[in-house]
Amino acid sequence: MLKVNNLHAEINGKEILKGINLEVRPGEVHAIMGPNGSGKSTLSMVLAGNPAYTVTGGTAEFYGKDLLAMPPEIRSHEGLFLGFQYPVEIPGVSMVNFMRAAVNAKREYFGQPPMSATDFLKMMREKRAIVELDNKLASRSVNEGFSGGEKKRNEIFQMAVLEPKLSILDETDSGLDIDALRVVAEGVNKLKSDNNATIVITHYQRLLDYIKPEFIHILYKGRIVMTGGPELALELEERGYDWIKQQVDNEENKG
Amino acid sequence: MGALQQYIDLYKEHKSLVDSGSAGVLNELRPAACEVLGNMELPAKGSENYETTDLEKILSPDYGVNIGRVNIDVNPAATFHCGVPSLSTSLFFSVNDLYAEAADARIGLPEGMYVGSLRQFAITHPEICAKYYGMCADLNNPVVALNTLLAQDGIAVWVKKGVKVEKPIQIVNILQNGAPLMAVRRVLVIMEEDSEIKILTCDHTQNPDVDFLALQTVEIFAEKNSRLDYYDLEESTEKTSRLSAMYIREEEGCELVIDGLTLYNGTTRNEYYSRFEGEHASLHLYGMGIEDKSRHLDTYSRIEHRKGYCNTDELFKYVLDDEAIGAFAGLIKVDKGADKTEAYQNNRNIVGSDTAKMFSKPQLEIYNDDVKCSHGTAIGQLDEMQVFYMRTRGLPEQTAKLLLKQAFMADVIEAVTLPGLKERLHMLVERRFAGGVSSCAVCNSSCSGDTK
Repeated sequence: MLKVNNLHAEINGKEILKGINLEVRPGEVHAIMGPNGSGKSTLSMVLAGNPAYTVTGGTAEFYGKDLLAMPPEIRSHEGLFLGFQYPVEIPGVSMVNFMRAAVNAKREYFGQPPMSATDFLKMMREKRAIVELDNKLASRSVNEGFSGGEKKRNEIFQMAVLEPKLSILDETDSGLDIDALRVVAEGVNKLKSDNNATIVITHYQRLLDYIKPEFIHILYKGRIVMTGGPELALELEERGYDWIKQQVDNEENKG
Repeated sequence: MGALQQYIDLYKEHKSLVDSGSAGVLNELRPAACEVLGNMELPAKGSENYETTDLEKILSPDYGVNIGRVNIDVNPAATFHCGVPSLSTSLFFSVNDLYAEAADARIGLPEGMYVGSLRQFAITHPEICAKYYGMCADLNNPVVALNTLLAQDGIAVWVKKGVKVEKPIQIVNILQNGAPLMAVRRVLVIMEEDSEIKILTCDHTQNPDVDFLALQTVEIFAEKNSRLDYYDLEESTEKTSRLSAMYIREEEGCELVIDGLTLYNGTTRNEYYSRFEGEHASLHLYGMGIEDKSRHLDTYSRIEHRKGYCNTDELFKYVLDDEAIGAFAGLIKVDKGADKTEAYQNNRNIVGSDTAKMFSKPQLEIYNDDVKCSHGTAIGQLDEMQVFYMRTRGLPEQTAKLLLKQAFMADVIEAVTLPGLKERLHMLVERRFAGGVSSCAVCNSSCSGDTK
């Protein structure tokens, strides 16, 4: 579903992504790991279409379509979802109005009439249950006054509502205590199917105890420098990133 | 001598005609106003508190003034339909500056109050009218002087001691003429002890291609423990100028809400002058402006805490787009001896284009120690990360921005106390940002009450 080829991107004139190659197929779970500043969040922002970043080279195809040519909202309609590392607070816009606008924008894109109020509320109830999100949060402004855990649950709740084909979860585990982590991970697992895929961006192994990826990619200096199976995450947990950094840096020096 | 001279000449030439179309104290103050104007120089654009507003330019056009009190063939009461659902009001009109009222305007109004023509009030209640008229508006303010020189009628609201008026008073000011016209209207609100009333005024312009100037002076006398909620809504046209000066006196224990809402306008300057003359009184002064194209909105406020234990809560919010210009200059002055004053002033603005401009000058002058005061201003753009976040959920960019602008105004709208108006405003503001046609109150020619 997603084919990223030699993707380069920069922000404020600074090149962050220096040739990313990545392929994701339906039913797969990928994890992208890497030290701070390696470009993990940039990759998620570029794939979701943040206009603050400029793509300077390469391609990204989503179900055969040119992902990079689509505005963020079309990427969303086409089935791409980004769970934010830092979910944005939007005072004055209620969660329920926000979600209604989102759901109906997607329906409009596919030529469907807006969802009835009854159906919408019923769906909200069902999806809320997946991440055990408190009903009272739905009437509040988007993410405003939410705790760290509530914000992350809210991301997964939105993912449940939008039913994406590919979800990119950017450090969804950061700032979560172990119970919240379990709830969030279980939510992700409940939404998993043979037809959708997940890219989990994380620093730590612990999320991967709950969400089991088949592929682990190590991002360093804007490139995927190593790809392996689940055993790679365990090795990283034991040995840290230094040995990979050294390996890459040595090769660079040689080159 | 510039733009003012044509009005002085007009008055001098037609003095008896002006007087015959008016009455009592309105006429008695004209000579003094004329003298003040004769010696007055209009504050220049760019001078203190007139950063963006050019009074000379606003007053220069050769507007007609209906001093002969010619009735324009319009019966607003017959065709007017208020578009605020569930808002049941007593409906009064000024068409240009001629007074009119709806047939059923007085149904449900209690005894012990006067609401109606100011001219009539000066005839039927000459002593009361003379006791208050012109007593808090400052003749040295050019808007007041010019208004006093030429105002022949307007609206008077007099609520006697202890009378609580349940049904809100709605005053619809309609500008309607084929040629450029200046409407000179005066509003006098007298709240006696323990009285209560809610007032909504709506400014509308019917002919979008004609230049109009609305020249308004409002005087509010709030006596001990009275309560007034006053909403001043402008929905005019790009060719309408409005100069409004509101003067407020608050005695002990009063609670006032004053709200200036500018949804559509041309060039507007709203001035608010308020003074606490007794303790334990409060003023909530709110406002919003939605400005696009080359519209211009200028707010000036001066609030004087002369007595202790009073509260001011001031909040003005603007959203500016295209080449619109906004200005806010506000002063809260706390006098010596005004202990336990609490005064907060806030001006927040979103500038949505590279060519729109906002000028903001919040000011506090404090001459007393035992007070809690703050002031602040913010001028910024819509948060790009908020817009992006919403877009990743599938909201088109324009929808995301629309929701954010609406959200920005939410606290001003939520503060509205008039039943029905709050809900209506949410809708009007949404429609305004969406670029739709406004029609709050919906006058006979251009709009209708249904939601378009």
